[in-house]
Amino acid sequence: MTQVLPVVLFVLIVSFVLAISFWFARKAKSSSGYYAAGGRIHWSVNGIAFAGDYLSAASFLGICGMIATAGYDGFLYSIGYLAGWIVALFIVAEPLKRLGKYTFTDALDAKFNDKGIKLMAAISTLVVSLFYLIPQMVGAGVLVTPLLGLPHYVGVIMVGVIVITIVATAGMTSTTYVQFIKGTLLIVFSVVLVVALCFRGLSTTPDQGGKVPFRKYAAMPATESGGKIVPADPSFSAAEDLTVKAVRLVKLVKGGAVSWWKVDASSSALSLLETQSLVTKADGKRVVNGAPESAANKLALVGNMEVIDGRAGPGVSTGPIGPFRLVSLVGDPDSSVTLWKELKFTDGRDKVSVYYGLPTPGNRIMRPGLSFKVEGTPLERIDFVSLMIALFLGTAALPHILIRYYTVPSAKAARKSTIVAIAAIGAFYVLTLFMGLGAMTSGVVNLADNNMSAPLLARSFGTFLFSMISAIAFATVLGTVSGLIIAASGAVAHDLMDRYGNLIRDDRHKVLAGKIAAFAVGAVAIVLGIIFKGMNVSFLVGLAFAVAASANLPSIVMMLFWKRTTSKGISASILVGILASIGLILFSPTMFELYGLEPAAAPIPLKNPGIISIPLSFLTIVVVSLLTKPDRIPDAEELAAARSP
Amino acid sequence: MLHEPAAQAEKDPAFPYKKRIGVALFTVYALIYAAFIAINVIDPKAMETVLPGGLNLAVVYGFGLIIFALLLALVYNRICGVREKALETTGGA
Repeated sequence: MTQVLPVVLFVLIVSFVLAISFWFARKAKSSSGYYAAGGRIHWSVNGIAFAGDYLSAASFLGICGMIATAGYDGFLYSIGYLAGWIVALFIVAEPLKRLGKYTFTDALDAKFNDKGIKLMAAISTLVVSLFYLIPQMVGAGVLVTPLLGLPHYVGVIMVGVIVITIVATAGMTSTTYVQFIKGTLLIVFSVVLVVALCFRGLSTTPDQGGKVPFRKYAAMPATESGGKIVPADPSFSAAEDLTVKAVRLVKLVKGGAVSWWKVDASSSALSLLETQSLVTKADGKRVVNGAPESAANKLALVGNMEVIDGRAGPGVSTGPIGPFRLVSLVGDPDSSVTLWKELKFTDGRDKVSVYYGLPTPGNRIMRPGLSFKVEGTPLERIDFVSLMIALFLGTAALPHILIRYYTVPSAKAARKSTIVAIAAIGAFYVLTLFMGLGAMTSGVVNLADNNMSAPLLARSFGTFLFSMISAIAFATVLGTVSGLIIAASGAVAHDLMDRYGNLIRDDRHKVLAGKIAAFAVGAVAIVLGIIFKGMNVSFLVGLAFAVAASANLPSIVMMLFWKRTTSKGISASILVGILASIGLILFSPTMFELYGLEPAAAPIPLKNPGIISIPLSFLTIVVVSLLTKPDRIPDAEELAAARSP
Repeated sequence: MLHEPAAQAEKDPAFPYKKRIGVALFTVYALIYAAFIAINVIDPKAMETVLPGGLNLAVVYGFGLIIFALLLALVYNRICGVREKALETTGGA
């Protein structure tokens, strides 16, 4: 049932951002006002707006969810995403501001004025923005369902319409202030959530503040006779026995109700451990834990500590603790947390997902390896390195981030706003570790969708915090999608229609073209958001980072640091970067799994393409530049330096 | 017709100096980041090492990378600011 407070807060936030858009509409009459907020945003506001732009649904929902289920591996995303800002600050910020006007294509093309660069950079902007838009729109649908009780597609359409309104009314000015407000709210309420978590402390039997009784999972003795499991309780009978990924499961039937149990042979006596299950029948009907799925019968939320610093048993709790103590207790070798694993298989015509608890030592949780195979084969380790490289190099190549450098008046302001962004984003990413571990140990992890871990952690503290966090999460989507749509609209109207196609007559025409482009891109985003329902949010964002780092970063870096770079080298590098990164992903094990094929059969063994596609793009720019005639236009400073004796 | 050349670069005599400093600081951070990745893939168990204060190496290194990024950013801003001010006063490069 939909609660009133979440709806009220949601409506308030949406009304507020729309009011801002209409208020600033008069400032978006010129193309400078529309695409770059007139270049008059204060650096401190721009810095927080950077945070609002950057901290997308993947950061807030995805990282917290991944930490809640895979521990430290989720935090690696936080580290990589933040480290990327170093590249933005030290390499990209000031030069891009000095050379550009509305889009990053301007800066890339500043030394060449070449149509090929304009075309390729605009295509790259559109590709990266669309890849980034899909998970944001999917995230909107995921949020709206529990918040407002609306179907997924309604959430996607709602976000699309609101964002098109924000962008089409006042362009970059309204987008900036929406992102500023969202960035501020996100950080403030994340701090509130962490403080509340620390006051509550850790418990081996978390009950969500007394609202939800802690669920203890049963263990039943059993024997094995003639290879068949025989439960000690005679009311159960074993109907099936199978092994999935080295885990032995048994299907038990009691009074017609079916349940799946994990066979535990770790001690001398055999025992059966209760699991949770979700069975999808051939006709699409779903059965949860042996009964038809309904509002009252859903997968139970999970996650608790089994042992806290050597103290086991029900009711062990710490009371209020500091945030670092919380991290050290969860990661203590003498602590243990029940993490939940999923096994997928078919049972006749039914598709079955079985979720079982696995007590995991704290020291194992608080180091890499639960999700990333850092102890696996050399190829699996290379895959991890590839991801970390893409995260490091991707940020400074994201078009919707780069255009924010044109909203401030000077290169100095661009630098300062990047430093504010590092402070704000860094603070938030530190908080993700506390929030993720809080969700992991508070019995709030949704087995079917870990993206909701942070909002569900907030719900364990009451409706108000849940409502605020959910409304902010929705605003998070609005802020990021606005930035992406304006970047894409700039690529279409400014880069392609004006500077490449020479189709724009005057300034007013250019603003109109931008608004029409925003409508078109927004409509495409809505359709993609509906089509890609259920797609992993973090995966798609990782894809966008890899494409951006492969397509854009080599050309930006070489244009700035290698004077032999030619326009054809840049165009070729962007093209190769896009094709290589997307091509490698399409033939990766992850995509093969999505196609329903055997992942091991994928011709490309890497899930993350950056380690191949980024060097390939660098190599392309060097080779093509050396093979083509230099066409770089020297600027006044370079000419003066050349003339001096 | 708005097919004008891209925006003209604003004059910034401190730019070459700032570029050099930026590259130097970037190199420092990139090496520390690379060392972090190297430990993760070569000896991930080393990340379990509990340091004084109760946090393990993984957490301290991770937080350290975030905090060090901010510290380097502030140092960079200070160095750039001093240079810009000096050049504004003298009017040279």
